Amino acid sequence: MTAPLLKVRDLNVRIPTPAGVLHAVRGVNFDLMPGEVLGLVGESGSGKSVTLRSLIRLHRPPIGMTGTVEYGGQNLLAASEAKLRDVRGGQISMIFQEPMSALNPVLTVGEQIGENLREHKGLRGRAAQERAAELLDLTGIPSPKARLADYPHQFSGGMRQRAMIAIALASEPQLLLADEPTTALDVTIQDQILRLLLRLREELHMGVILVTHDLGVVAQTCDRVAVMYGGRLVETAGVNSLFHAPKHAYTLGLLRSLPGAGEHRRPLQPIPGGPPDLRFLPPGCPFAPRCEYVTDECRAGEPPLLEVAPGRFSACIHHDELPALKPTLAEVGA
Amino acid sequence: MTTMHSPVLEVPARPRRRLPKPTLLIGLALLLLLIFAALFPRVLAPFSPTDFDYEALLKGPSAKHPFGTDNFGRDVLSRVIYGTRTDMQIAIFTTLFPFIFGTLLGALTGYLGRWSDAVVGRVADLVVVFPFLVLVIAIVAVLGPGLTNMYIAVSAVGWVSYWRLTRGEVMSQKKAEYAQAGRVLGYSPSRILLRHLLPNAVTPAIVYLMTDMSLGILLGASLGYLGLGAQPPTPEWGVMVADGKNFMATAWWISTFPGLALTLAGVTFSLIGDGLADALRPRA
Amino acid sequence: MHASYVIRRLLQIIPTFLAVMLVVFLLVRLLPGDPASAILGDRATAEIVERTNRELGLDRSLPVQFGVFVRNLLQGNLGDSISLKIPVIRLIGERLPTTLFLTAYAAVLGVLMAVPLAVLAAVRRNTWVDALIRAVFQVGLSLPVFYVALQLLSLLGARLGWFPIGGYGENFTGHLYHLFLPALTLGLNLAAILVRTLRNSIIEVLTAEYVDFARAKGLRSRVIMTRHVLRNALIATVTLLGLNIGALIGGAVITETVFAIPGVGRLMVDAIFGRDYPVIQGLTLTFAIIVSLVFLITDLIHARLDPRAELT
Ligand SMILES: Nc1ncnc2c1ncn2[C@@H]1O[C@H](COP(=O)(O)OP(=O)(O)OP(=O)(O)O)[C@@H](O)[C@H]1O
Ligand SMILES: [Mg+2]
Repeated sequence: MTAPLLKVRDLNVRIPTPAGVLHAVRGVNFDLMPGEVLGLVGESGSGKSVTLRSLIRLHRPPIGMTGTVEYGGQNLLAASEAKLRDVRGGQISMIFQEPMSALNPVLTVGEQIGENLREHKGLRGRAAQERAAELLDLTGIPSPKARLADYPHQFSGGMRQRAMIAIALASEPQLLLADEPTTALDVTIQDQILRLLLRLREELHMGVILVTHDLGVVAQTCDRVAVMYGGRLVETAGVNSLFHAPKHAYTLGLLRSLPGAGEHRRPLQPIPGGPPDLRFLPPGCPFAPRCEYVTDECRAGEPPLLEVAPGRFSACIHHDELPALKPTLAEVGA
Repeated sequence: MTTMHSPVLEVPARPRRRLPKPTLLIGLALLLLLIFAALFPRVLAPFSPTDFDYEALLKGPSAKHPFGTDNFGRDVLSRVIYGTRTDMQIAIFTTLFPFIFGTLLGALTGYLGRWSDAVVGRVADLVVVFPFLVLVIAIVAVLGPGLTNMYIAVSAVGWVSYWRLTRGEVMSQKKAEYAQAGRVLGYSPSRILLRHLLPNAVTPAIVYLMTDMSLGILLGASLGYLGLGAQPPTPEWGVMVADGKNFMATAWWISTFPGLALTLAGVTFSLIGDGLADALRPRA
Repeated sequence: MHASYVIRRLLQIIPTFLAVMLVVFLLVRLLPGDPASAILGDRATAEIVERTNRELGLDRSLPVQFGVFVRNLLQGNLGDSISLKIPVIRLIGERLPTTLFLTAYAAVLGVLMAVPLAVLAAVRRNTWVDALIRAVFQVGLSLPVFYVALQLLSLLGARLGWFPIGGYGENFTGHLYHLFLPALTLGLNLAAILVRTLRNSIIEVLTAEYVDFARAKGLRSRVIMTRHVLRNALIATVTLLGLNIGALIGGAVITETVFAIPGVGRLMVDAIFGRDYPVIQGLTLTFAIIVSLVFLITDLIHARLDPRAELT
């Protein structure tokens, strides 16, 4: 068995705010194998982006990160600045959620791709320009050579997102952290990008953590899924088993809120209530206030993430009471 | 599945407690002191601001004259206290008319838009091309020195900031729900404008009013210093600084204390302005 | 930066100039009563007043007078100074370089003070360093220019004798030495105006997503600072500096008066007491033209630095 590419243990992120410390990521553990695509799903505000950023120690003080993120035999949360710079962008690339604000408005797209090529591939001048155009072409931007001299504001939203993907892929990383890389794109382009990621995964044996709201995208691209709720992973499983037999009440809710999923075709069933306030968490399971399976035991203490079946982890006390679903993957992806 | 975006990371969620900041409290306390001195100088001042005392010319600070005496033997502390009224008056009258005129005009052109807005915009662009002090000095030069003419001059140019602030606010609020609702209910435009839009849109102008008051005091004192503002024997801090300028080497206190009073007044208004801006900032 | 933008911006300045001329023309027509007697004073006989009116063209209709005014201006004729009896244009030509030198000097000193302190306050935001810097400049903003000038003059000039207390020197280094205190006065005032806004915009840049994205690319801090942060901070500085040129000129008028510097600011104050209306007119016009040119240059630099600028 090969060693994992990334090993995350007891990751915690605390964000001080004027109204108290916001514990945005609370003891997250997971492994990622080389070439594996892991989907990270969860409601808005569940801590997906914060988790992703902390994997390459991007948060700045006063935001605090604890735990270990082991990559290449080193804990990135304790690594030297120089080592970190080497890993960031070179071996682990990140696609930000908001392409509009992540691209510097006063530098051309070509310059912003070039930065990466210079830093990690040693490419300069003409060679860098050619490679940059190639990358833009790869993400499906028409007449890429000419667009290199454009500024981000001259790009459309979808093109900006693709430019960012091009920047992230410039160094041919071992691991890609993709924070909703396809949200601003229409379906055909989305398809094209996802296929590109899968191809690079094959060619470079690149691992991918794919944050998304779209369970269809998960079904289409991911090998494994991690479900996040209230700053915790509440379930991880292979994509097939998760879709057929969720082992956490929250996952079940998520799948049921999916159009066209479930035992029978039924109307959308959004989960009632809203996500918890991470500054004032109840003592028990964070999902308890919204859960239809809730018992007193759930409210007594927070259930840990345990292996409930081979390769399946769940933090739900009632995991074996949950009904199986029989959506076909085609149905989910539709 | 719908996508909902949480606020971008760099914007910290900050639901803050709405206690007044100490800056606002300090500013208000200082303002009370200034108002008291302006209304009841007699209570605070140990001497008359105008009586000469040839026994005590150019005396340094002492227990009897904490701020010393000037070249006529007048008590500097008493003169500074009596000057408060003039400089507070300057703060009010250099800002009041620009505030009223600028806000109303801003509400009007912001609401009407089109050509009225374009015309006033052109005039405003023209006014800002003239350095504020230069234009005020030039107008005062034509009308003649003195406080009244200074107020006229400042009013002619000072409205622009208020116009800009209010116009922008009204424009964005015009689209807001309650204005639309008012139109549906068939309220007259003037009612929508005066009763609904203006009270909401005036906040930035009020915050700026405080900053502007400290600028107004500085301007009034500058003109006083140059001999174009308050005319002697009116006790005014800028004039007092000018009175003492030839004695800087031998009797520094004559100029120094009125200047400190000016600074204190300026700080007072800017503290209140900051505090107000903070307190009135829309809740996150 | 597109040529069309530059041309459009250059053409925009023509109506501004015309409007400025109209304002300056009307300014003196505000004089209560008859301009000629106001210019000549109370002792002039009716006959002389009438002759002056004719000589100055004041007996003709306002539009005609304005036409003449503009024609004279285009020929470089601003009239003659009443008290000094020389052409106003020559007077201004002699005195303007001193004022330009002073304001440029002050702008340099002001930026040298404001930018590092604003960066420091921004990097150390919400610490006592930040609080101290902001408090000092908040007080600085409330310090009247004439007061700072007077105190510096008496302390560093008269009492300690480190700097001369008047004049403006012979050559470049002489100017630098003689104008140091006045430029420092003005520069402090400018810095007080700049620091707070600059601090806030630097914080905005430092915490921008694109800076985090640059970090995620593995760029070294120096590269991020120079390529991503400073360039954006520079844009803010240039814009702010341009916007505050009016305040700088106003400050120069006061500073020149306190320090007895023979520039156009001092000339303006002298002209007011001498009721020298042609000079006041000429100077007001000159200042307005300088400000509109500075606005123009600021816009062009801004367009050069910020690719988004031309959109607006
Ligand atoms: N810089 C910050 N300051 C304060 N709170 C923050 C900050 N960044 C994130 N948060 C908070 O942390 C929590 C998790 O945020 P995060 O951005 O990780 O959510 P997410 O799962 O990525 O949501 P989305 O799907 O909307 O992107 C949220 O409550 C958010 O408000
Ligand atoms: Mg997110």
